Amino acid sequence: MRPTLFLICPVLLFLGLSYLLPFLGIVQLSFTDPQPGLAQYRHVLSDPLTLAVIWRTLRLCIIVTVVSVGCAYIITLLWVRGTPVIRLLTELCIMIPFWISVLSRAFGWLSLLSNRGLINTWLKDAGLIDASIQMTRNEFAVVVGMAHYLIPFAVFPLATAMRNVDERVLTAADGMGASRLRIFWQIFLPMTGNGIIGATLLVFVFSIGFYVTPALLGGGQSVLLAELIYLWIFQMPQWGMAAALSVVMMIAVGGILVALMRRNAEIAK
Amino acid sequence: MTGLRPGRLATLLCGLVAVFLLMPLIAVVPVSFTSKRYLSLPDGDWSWRHYAALFSDPDWGRSLWTSIEVGVLASSLSVVLATAFCLGLWMMRPRFGGLMTGFVLLPMVAPPVVSSLTLYFFLNKLSQWNSLIGYDTLGGVVLAHTVMVVPYAVIVVMVSLGQLDRRMDLAAQSMGASVPTRIFGIILPNIRFGLLGAFVMSFLFSWDEIGVTLFVTSVNTITLPRRMWMGLRDNVDPSIASLSVLLILVVAAIVIGRAAFAMRAARSRR
Repeated sequence: MRPTLFLICPVLLFLGLSYLLPFLGIVQLSFTDPQPGLAQYRHVLSDPLTLAVIWRTLRLCIIVTVVSVGCAYIITLLWVRGTPVIRLLTELCIMIPFWISVLSRAFGWLSLLSNRGLINTWLKDAGLIDASIQMTRNEFAVVVGMAHYLIPFAVFPLATAMRNVDERVLTAADGMGASRLRIFWQIFLPMTGNGIIGATLLVFVFSIGFYVTPALLGGGQSVLLAELIYLWIFQMPQWGMAAALSVVMMIAVGGILVALMRRNAEIAK
Repeated sequence: MTGLRPGRLATLLCGLVAVFLLMPLIAVVPVSFTSKRYLSLPDGDWSWRHYAALFSDPDWGRSLWTSIEVGVLASSLSVVLATAFCLGLWMMRPRFGGLMTGFVLLPMVAPPVVSSLTLYFFLNKLSQWNSLIGYDTLGGVVLAHTVMVVPYAVIVVMVSLGQLDRRMDLAAQSMGASVPTRIFGIILPNIRFGLLGAFVMSFLFSWDEIGVTLFVTSVNTITLPRRMWMGLRDNVDPSIASLSVLLILVVAAIVIGRAAFAMRAARSRR
């Protein structure tokens, strides 16, 4: 059985050297740069500017999560339970955006929302507005872009939950004369609750560390945590602060993921 | 039964979500045909100039080639590492297998920006003693991409190993086959489609990777997403619209083709 040990080790060694060790280096930096001690953490957790970014990130991520999971629920419902034609159409609507580059998607939203973009041009041509409406470089654009990116990710856990719903329970409720609305609210929705929780946590975790879409659609006007780390590294070298913020983020996300796994383990029992 | 199908309201709402999902993909089409040098709609005069620019500008070609090189190298490396790891777990079933898998999947679940910072830090350190695999080099990007895509390769290989019949391997073992014979003669040939899938998956994620790439490159090693980013960040360049149209067409063709194939397969099964 010895030879198999040589199979397992390379990837552990590779990730240990190129991921874990550097991350420990980051942790070390967070306690030592520019001066040893907890000053970096104190700054990150008390500086009003940083706190404002933390709150903005949390607020936006919550909005994005609610929008994404809501939209994903509707489209997953049709994907899993619709007629074959509808199933095929919804699958295409989910899968095509999913495989398209995050940059193309952000660019698509810029084409739609910018001052010379499609929507403003249409509205002007229709005579509804005189001057362009500012729809990019703000939180609205960030929410739209991030939700668009995250909906497909929310679909997969929801689809698993909906496929696991026992058809006979619904038929029984129907046979007992429950209305369609009642079947949905009192049976279908609670039975897919685990999928909703899974999708919510997944989307939330993804949205917290997300850099590209907010940076492009926010246009530097609504900086989120990831962009703040980027600025601290590349604009005003403040490694210690960036490191401390990263550690805080890692702990927060790790906590959410452990909670998620505990839940799943309990359900599996 | 039919009473339990989604009703009209659900279908209507789903239509709205579908429009939301497809809108930005459609919006880039008219923009790509503008005759102006900035992001705008073609008002009357449609033009191919941004498509022509894409093919005549050597920078785009160079970036395309860089992305292919990085993708092929990173996914080859990650498939080899992932396959060895999964084989080891499958054959040996060690005690802390779950923990090891969790560790290998870490780059997938950590916030992207934390991974980016970590890899930037790592490549900076590497630059100090080796100029081939440090910051802003091809080797460095390959290394960083391998870290990021290896979890996906592990998942795909693990799933295909899970579907493999263990008795086949046990039979070979009881007839006295050595470990290399079991691996190369029995197991790998039987999961070859899984390995191919892992390669394709890793390549696609490396091809699209931008978060980490932004942190570990600057001027020498510019992948296609990195060049798109540069064109989007400074002043929106309509060439990106034409590139996006081409990329969207490729993806749409693959996804629709796959769906058609799956439908035909389902029909013939009936």
